[in-house]
Amino acid sequence: MTVSIQLEVNGKPVQAAVEPRRLLVHFLREDLGLTGANIGCETSLCGACTVLVDGNAVKSCTMLAAQADGASVTTIEGLSQNGELHPLQEGFWEKHGLQCGYCTPGMILSANYLLAQNPSPNDEEIREGLKGNICRCTGYHNIVEAVKYAAERMS
Amino acid sequence: MARVLGTSIKRREDPALITGRGKYTDDLKAEGMAHAAIVRSPYAHARIRGIDTSGAEALPGVLAVLTARDVAAAGIPGVVPVGWLLPDLKTPAHPMIAADTVRHVGDAVAVVVAEDRYLARDAADRVAVDYEPLDAVADVVAALEDGAPAVHEEAPGNVAFDWEIGEREPVDTAFASAAHTVELDLRNNRLIPHAIEPRAVLASFDSSTGEMTIHMTSQNPHVHRLLMTLASLGMPEHKVRIVAPEVGGGFGSKIHHYADEAIVGLCSMKLDRPVKWTATRTETNLTDAHGRDHSTRCALALDADGRITGLRVDTAAAMGAYLSTFAPAVPTYLYGTLMSGQYDIPAIHCHVTGVFTHTAPVDAYRGAGRPEATYVVERLMHLAGEATGLGPVEVRRRNFVSPDAFPYQTQVALAYDSGNYGPAMDRALEMIGYDDLRSQQASRRDNGGKQIGIGFSSYIEACGLAPSAVVGSLGAQAGQWESADVRVHPTASVTVYTGSSSHGQGHETTFSQIVADKLGIDPEAVEVIHGDTDLVQFGMGTYGSRSAAVGGSAIVKSVEKIIEKGKKIAAHLLEASAEDLEYEDGSFRVAGSPDRALALGDVALQAYLAHNYPDDLEPGLSATSFYDPANFTYPFGTHVCVVEVDTETGSIDLLRYAAVDDVGNVINPMIVDGQLHGGLAQGIGQALWENAVYDESGQLVSGSLMDYAVPKIHNLIPFELDRTTTPCPHNPLGVKGVGEAGAIASPAAVVNAVVDALAPYGISHIDMPLTPEKVWRAVNA
Repeated sequence: MTVSIQLEVNGKPVQAAVEPRRLLVHFLREDLGLTGANIGCETSLCGACTVLVDGNAVKSCTMLAAQADGASVTTIEGLSQNGELHPLQEGFWEKHGLQCGYCTPGMILSANYLLAQNPSPNDEEIREGLKGNICRCTGYHNIVEAVKYAAERMS
Repeated sequence: MARVLGTSIKRREDPALITGRGKYTDDLKAEGMAHAAIVRSPYAHARIRGIDTSGAEALPGVLAVLTARDVAAAGIPGVVPVGWLLPDLKTPAHPMIAADTVRHVGDAVAVVVAEDRYLARDAADRVAVDYEPLDAVADVVAALEDGAPAVHEEAPGNVAFDWEIGEREPVDTAFASAAHTVELDLRNNRLIPHAIEPRAVLASFDSSTGEMTIHMTSQNPHVHRLLMTLASLGMPEHKVRIVAPEVGGGFGSKIHHYADEAIVGLCSMKLDRPVKWTATRTETNLTDAHGRDHSTRCALALDADGRITGLRVDTAAAMGAYLSTFAPAVPTYLYGTLMSGQYDIPAIHCHVTGVFTHTAPVDAYRGAGRPEATYVVERLMHLAGEATGLGPVEVRRRNFVSPDAFPYQTQVALAYDSGNYGPAMDRALEMIGYDDLRSQQASRRDNGGKQIGIGFSSYIEACGLAPSAVVGSLGAQAGQWESADVRVHPTASVTVYTGSSSHGQGHETTFSQIVADKLGIDPEAVEVIHGDTDLVQFGMGTYGSRSAAVGGSAIVKSVEKIIEKGKKIAAHLLEASAEDLEYEDGSFRVAGSPDRALALGDVALQAYLAHNYPDDLEPGLSATSFYDPANFTYPFGTHVCVVEVDTETGSIDLLRYAAVDDVGNVINPMIVDGQLHGGLAQGIGQALWENAVYDESGQLVSGSLMDYAVPKIHNLIPFELDRTTTPCPHNPLGVKGVGEAGAIASPAAVVNAVVDALAPYGISHIDMPLTPEKVWRAVNA
C-alpha cells in the first residue's frame, strides 16, 4: 500500500507514492538522493537529520514522508543560492565548526532556524537554540563561533 | 613564499561537507544493492537451542537468511581475531555468527538480506530463536568473584590475562617508610564512543572476477582488509578492496574489526550482489567496542618533603565477551606504562587483570588506557596535595621530572624524549587567575551557598606507538610505522598517497601543508589521497594521535628523497655537481651562484621526458617511504577546571576550563585547537554525564541517546587554550600529536575540581560520572 504525496523540496515540486510508514529522512535520502541529511539515531535526539519543513527545523527521522504532503522542505543541498554559500555554511568553514561533518547539515539547518527566530543571538542563546543537535567532534566551541560569524554576516 | 607550517589554513575537506555532498557509507548505492539486517541476542548469556528462519524466508523480497551453519558451510575461517597477544592470554574464539552460545546482548545470531531496508528489518523480526537463558555477569568486579558465571570455559575465573609492570618490592619498601600515604578505590566508568555516524558497510562481490569491494566506516582500511580476509572471509587479500569514504567520526570505535562487517561480506559473496548494512544507534551502541571500565585500587607514598617515593596500582579491566582487535594492549601497554605521569617516581608497580564479562567488548576509545592512567595518577596527586599540606600546585611542581633530566627513563618502560612541565603549569595558573579564584573560594566557604572548586590535571600522553620491533616484542601483531607515496607530476603539482586515513581530523589540509612547506609550493598544488586499499600502499591508519607524527613524518621522508633525486637531475641540467645544489623555495640552485637555478617544474618535466638526463638515474619523480619512528612522542600539559557545586541539589556548573598543552610544533593551529576542543568535550562528558550501564542480567540500560548522556552544546562552555612548544626531538617535523590530549587530561581535572569544592564536607572522592544524585548523596552522607 502506498499513499501519494506532493510537496516542494528545495524549491522544486515533487510527486511520489510512498509507503505510509516511510520516514521523511529515507524518502529524502533514498528516493530523492538528497543524502545531506544524515541518520545518527532513531530516537529524535542527535539532530543529524534536521531539515526545514515550512521553515521549521524538523528531525526528519521522526516525521513520515506522508506527513510532509503539501509542505515545503529545505535540505542542506538547497541552502546555498546561485552557487553562493549561505553565511552559515561560510561560518562553519571559516571558524572550523566541523570535523567529520556528519552532524553539520543538521546543525546548519537548526542554526538557520535559530537565526530566523533571533537574528543576533548571544552565546547563551546559540547554545540554547542548538541543544537538539549533537556533535561528537568539535566540543561545540567553534560551532558557537560559526553561528556568530553567520549572524554578523546576515545582519 | 608565505609560511605554510604553523598557519591556520581553512580545511579543504569542508566545501563538500557543508553542502551535503560528502558521501558517507550509507549514502552510497550500488546497482542491484540488497539490504541486510542482523538478528541479535536479547540475552547477555544463553544457549541457542534452535533457530527457525522459515517465517523470514517466507516474506516476498527476502533473499537469504544466514546463520552460523551457513558460515560453517561456506568453508571460511569465520572468526573475528584479536591482534595483540599478551603472555598467557586466553583467546577463546569469537565466531562471526554465534553458533550455540551467545555472550552479550547484541551478539549476532543470524542475518537477513532483502530487497529493501524496511523489509529486511521486518524479516529479521520473524527469525525465531529458541534461547535457553543462562546466568550472566556484566560487572568487572563481580566477574572475578568465586562462582561467577563463566563467559568462556577456556578462561577460568573469567581471567583473560594477568599482567604487571614495574617492581613490587621497591614499592613495598617505599610504603613502609613513607611519611605520607594516600589511597583510593575508584571506578573508571564504561563509555560508548558514539561517533555520530553509526557503523556501516556496503560489500560488493563479483563472482566473475572473484573480487570484492567493501566500502565501510574504517579508520584503517588496510588493517581491516588484512583481518577481514585472513581471519573472517578467507579471501585472498589482493582480491579485496576496502574503501573508507567520508567517515563520520571514530574515536577508536572504527579501528576494530567487527563481526557485522564480515557478515555483510559473506552475504554479498553468497548472493553475488552488493549488500548494505547500516547499524541503528542501538545496534552500534550494543556492538561498538566500548571504552574504559576499570575497577582500581591505587596508592601513593611520599616522603616528609612531599616527594613521591612509590606508586602502587591494581586494576581489574573489563574486556567484555570477546577480545576485540587491540583490546589487550589498552589496559596494559597503554596504561601501566603511563603511570609515571609527569613525575619522577622512583618505584612503581602496576598489576592488571583482564576480565571477561557478558557485555560488549572493550577496546581503544579516545585516549585508550592513557586517560585511565592519568585519572589514577592525577586523582592521587590531588589527594597528595591535601595530605602533605602542599596543595595541588606545589605537590605537582615538587615532583615534576626536571627539564634537564630528559631523556627520562621511567620505572614503567617508557623513556620520555623531551619535556618541560613547569611552564605549562605556570601559564595555566596565570590564565585562570589562580590566586583570585582561591580568594573567591574562601569567601564562598565562609558565606555558604554554591561552592567553588579548582581542579588540576598535569598529564602525559604517549602518541604514535613505536618502534615496530618494540611493539612487536610486546605482543602487537602489527607494525606501527606509516607509509607515504609522494608523486611529483610533470607540471610540478603533487599527489600524496598516505596510509593514514582521515575521519574528521583534516589530514588532507594538514598533509598538503607539510608537502607545500617542504617543497616550497602552494598547498593548493598538493592533492592528498587516503582511505582506499586499491589506491594507497599498505598503511596503518589513524589512531593513537599518530597521523601527524608518524604519517606526516613518512611524507617528509618521501619529499626528502624527491629533493635528493631532483638535485641529481638539476645538477645534470646545470652542469654542476649534485653536492653543490641546494633546494629552496621551489628551486634547485647552485650554492654561491644564485643565477644558476631551475624551478621544481623544470626538473619534474625533465624527470618524465628523460631526454636530457643522467645516465645512471631512472626517470620519474616520486618516492615511497615507510617511516618507523624511533620512539613514542610525549605531549604533555596542565589543565585547570573551575566548577561551581550546588550543595543543595548536587548539580555542577562548569565555570572555566583552561588548558595549556605542549604538542610540539604545530602544523595547523586551528585544527589542533579543534582536536583539543573535541577531546575536552569527551573527557568532561566522561566526568560528568556519560555512563554505559549494564544491569545485573547484562542488559545495556543506557543503550540509546535517551539514556546515555553525550554532552550537548548547552552543557559545555568555551574552552581557554594556550600552548608551550617543546618540539619532538626524533621526528623530522618536531610534532607530537594532539588527538587524544583533551580526553586524557580532562576527567581528572573535573573530578579534582568537584572534590576540591566539597573539601569542607570531608569528601575525598566520588566516582564518575558525577551526577547530581551522587554529589547530593555524598554531601548528605
